[in-house]
Amino acid sequence: MPNLRDIRRKIDAIKKIGQITRAMNMVAAAKLRGAQARLEQFRPYGDKYKEVIQELVSSGAVLPSQFPLTQVREVRAVGLILVTADRGLCGAFNANLIKEAESFIGEQEGQGRKVKMICVGKKGYQYFRRRGEVLEAFPDVMGKVMMQDARTIARRAMTAFLNEEIDEAYLIYGYFINVVRQIPKREKILPISFEAQEEAPERAFTGAPIYEPSPEELFEQILPMYVNTRVYAAMLETAVSEQAARMTAMDNANRACEDMVRDLTLLFNKTRQASITKELMDIVGGAEALKG
Amino acid sequence: MARILMEIVTPDKVVATEEVDIVTAPGVAGEFGVMAGHAPMLAGLKIGPLHYRVGDKEEWVAISGGFCEVTGKKVTFLVEAAEKAYEIDVERALRAKERAEKRLQEALAKGDRLAEARARAALQRALTRIALAERVKSGIPR
Repeated sequence: MPNLRDIRRKIDAIKKIGQITRAMNMVAAAKLRGAQARLEQFRPYGDKYKEVIQELVSSGAVLPSQFPLTQVREVRAVGLILVTADRGLCGAFNANLIKEAESFIGEQEGQGRKVKMICVGKKGYQYFRRRGEVLEAFPDVMGKVMMQDARTIARRAMTAFLNEEIDEAYLIYGYFINVVRQIPKREKILPISFEAQEEAPERAFTGAPIYEPSPEELFEQILPMYVNTRVYAAMLETAVSEQAARMTAMDNANRACEDMVRDLTLLFNKTRQASITKELMDIVGGAEALKG
Repeated sequence: MARILMEIVTPDKVVATEEVDIVTAPGVAGEFGVMAGHAPMLAGLKIGPLHYRVGDKEEWVAISGGFCEVTGKKVTFLVEAAEKAYEIDVERALRAKERAEKRLQEALAKGDRLAEARARAALQRALTRIALAERVKSGIPR
């Protein structure tokens, strides 16, 4: 029969874990709000880049194929920027991203391409450092997502692309759908490609615009900044998703805690009753014997 | 006088949204000013001071690279970083300047062109911030 004191101790331990997971849940909720606000603020900035680049291309001011960052060539090696969280305790979030990366690597290697990785966030690096070719890792940048870091990461990928170390580059990151759903998402970032021009985009300019300096020079200046914004956006999305995933995971943990406490309390009471009954029986048995 | 809506946007936030009389910015091809009725334009920006005026109110903003779009009603500055002059942390800028100078020396010694360019950009950013902060502190507009 289980020992009463052991059960008591277990209940206390689980209650304490419950306190921690509840606190983590609340912290994640607060951070989620902060991260979501940052994502919202970034959106107009990111969208504007897309809009301006698209505008330059579709107005015919520049020929997109002329630039180093848009060169399409035969693909021998692909770069993969995998964005994960720095920390765990967020359910299957990191595992899902890693799984997506694995399946991406499988596909690419199936086509005889090499995959070189850039790991953003500690978890992805911890997994791939022994398993894949990692060009460079950027751990501990997901706590507070900064443009500066995004720029360094994007620059690393662009340098690799321009040196022909890699011929294409992809991003895999945690895409935020809503608080209970985040999915790994793939996005090709290099070479920079443009949507087909079938539909004329809403014209941002009226009449012939002035370009200063020339459209080509402008384009050349904007392209790397555009890649920066893509990487930054991916990092922001991942940060938001991470907090949301942690919130859900901690919620589940809370519920599991409550269930366990309930079951254990039941067991505790049953055990206690059983022991009381047993003691009574002993006493009654003893009294009977004396009477005898 | 007619005013034009100006917006300064960075990845983190919208730094300023204001109807301005005139805004002057450091373009890649030289400094330029925008007033209401300006022709549509797309211009590259370099690191430097941006200045705008609303009535008698003047404001200086340190910006680092990006670009500027002028449409019929609005001028938008998309920059990677922007700080209003009175928000500049001078201590930090001074430290950044020292760091950048050291990095520049090292880069020059090694002949690393990329590092040199980066150090020069960092130095430029720091110098812009320092100059603006001082200008505001001493109360001399321009």
